[in-house]
Amino acid sequence: MSQLGEGIIEAFRLIISLDEGLLRIVFLSLRISGLAIIISTFIGVPLGTLLGLKAEKKTRLVNKLIFTFMGTPPVVAGLLIYLLISRMGPFGVLGLIYTPTAMIIAQVTLATPIIAGLTMVGVRSKGTAVVETARSLGAGQGLVTWTIIKESRISILGAIITGFGRIIAEVGAVMIVGGNIEGQTRVMTTAIVLETRQGNFELAIGLGIILLLLSFIVNSFLYNIQRGGGSSD
Amino acid sequence: MTDQQALVKLKGIRKKYDHEVLNIASLALKKGQIYGLIGPSGAGKSTLLRIINLLTPPDSGSLYFHGIPAPLNGTARLTLQRKMALVFQKTLLFRDSVWNNVAYGLRARNYSHKQIELKVGPLLEQVGMEHLAHRRADTLSGGEAQRVAIARAVAFDPKLLLLDEPTANLDPRNIEIIENMITGLSRERHMTVVMVTHNVFQARRIADEVIFLDKGNIVEMGSAEKIFTNPDQEKTRLYVEGRMIY
Repeated sequence: MSQLGEGIIEAFRLIISLDEGLLRIVFLSLRISGLAIIISTFIGVPLGTLLGLKAEKKTRLVNKLIFTFMGTPPVVAGLLIYLLISRMGPFGVLGLIYTPTAMIIAQVTLATPIIAGLTMVGVRSKGTAVVETARSLGAGQGLVTWTIIKESRISILGAIITGFGRIIAEVGAVMIVGGNIEGQTRVMTTAIVLETRQGNFELAIGLGIILLLLSFIVNSFLYNIQRGGGSSD
Repeated sequence: MTDQQALVKLKGIRKKYDHEVLNIASLALKKGQIYGLIGPSGAGKSTLLRIINLLTPPDSGSLYFHGIPAPLNGTARLTLQRKMALVFQKTLLFRDSVWNNVAYGLRARNYSHKQIELKVGPLLEQVGMEHLAHRRADTLSGGEAQRVAIARAVAFDPKLLLLDEPTANLDPRNIEIIENMITGLSRERHMTVVMVTHNVFQARRIADEVIFLDKGNIVEMGSAEKIFTNPDQEKTRLYVEGRMIY
């Protein structure tokens, strides 16, 4: 049987047998990427909304910086964070290197510009009309902002889905700052790299399939939220 | 008419973008009247509505509500803005149900759930939209959407309703429904209405008074009867007869 076929069988065997090592890797991946996407959302959505509501000519430089950071190579982000939190770095005293926290920081660094940038584009495309309609109906600043976020929810959820896709599949940054330590910082992507290097292609393929399945489930959930709305109170 | 008698009074209002779009020496709007605001494209009609609604600040001049100068920013502006409503030329209904759209302004004013139910239900019935209350607003036809937009604007009983071409691109049946809504709601609630329209026949049908604006200036203002039968200005006559070349 081909390695791909064996890999698929191995993947299902691991899933059905609820392999402890595999579950640990899966849950750690979900915990790290889940927390990272939540933090990135809390930073990126308000930032993107704020920028989207401002006149474009006032935010040109920030826009360019955000669009640049959207394409940051993960290894570069990982290297910078490594230099900041390594023992010799300015934040070395915090002892974050090779911990899940360091991996979350790295993933937040990668996802936040994506969420902020895409939210900004979504808000800007709707911005003026929604803001003026809300104001003409007597909405204060808080309600105006909430309304624009609600009206841009398709774009914002698209931004979150894109950000999640980026970090759950990312390997360079988490490898550098996490160190791929078994039971502590080994996530699916770093495990795939390790198993491939060791020649365990079946396990690597199996992990790849599980990664895709998880990504499908999470994205389906977000997609359903994105399509929702319109119910009355 | 004194400043106190007028619901809204504008004095020396000027607004310029790349060229001057509005220059109004004086304009007073009485309570409970329906005003038809007519004039060619680019005359400054929409800008005038936006200035009255405090959405766009004028470059100079003063705006008074019940004789009191209108604040141009801060909480006081919001308080005053909440006494009026503007329905835009391009209606934007929120991606939500018809009910929630109509309830929006009431929620902004912190009405209770019970108060909202008591207001929204009968209003939707009045405008013939009760059967669509739970429909998503973005699935409505143009005429239905405009009815919801007007219902949303009057739900919180504004003293002043500003309408920017509310029947543009609608078929005759929907135009009739909207016109009846506007006149009915205005009479019933003693609301002052300012309606921009390119249709002079519509202005004649529903307006008590007509304001003819051209190149940012009020050319003439008077009762609909006078403007359409015996205007003072030749320009007005040409415009209402559809013979104005611009």
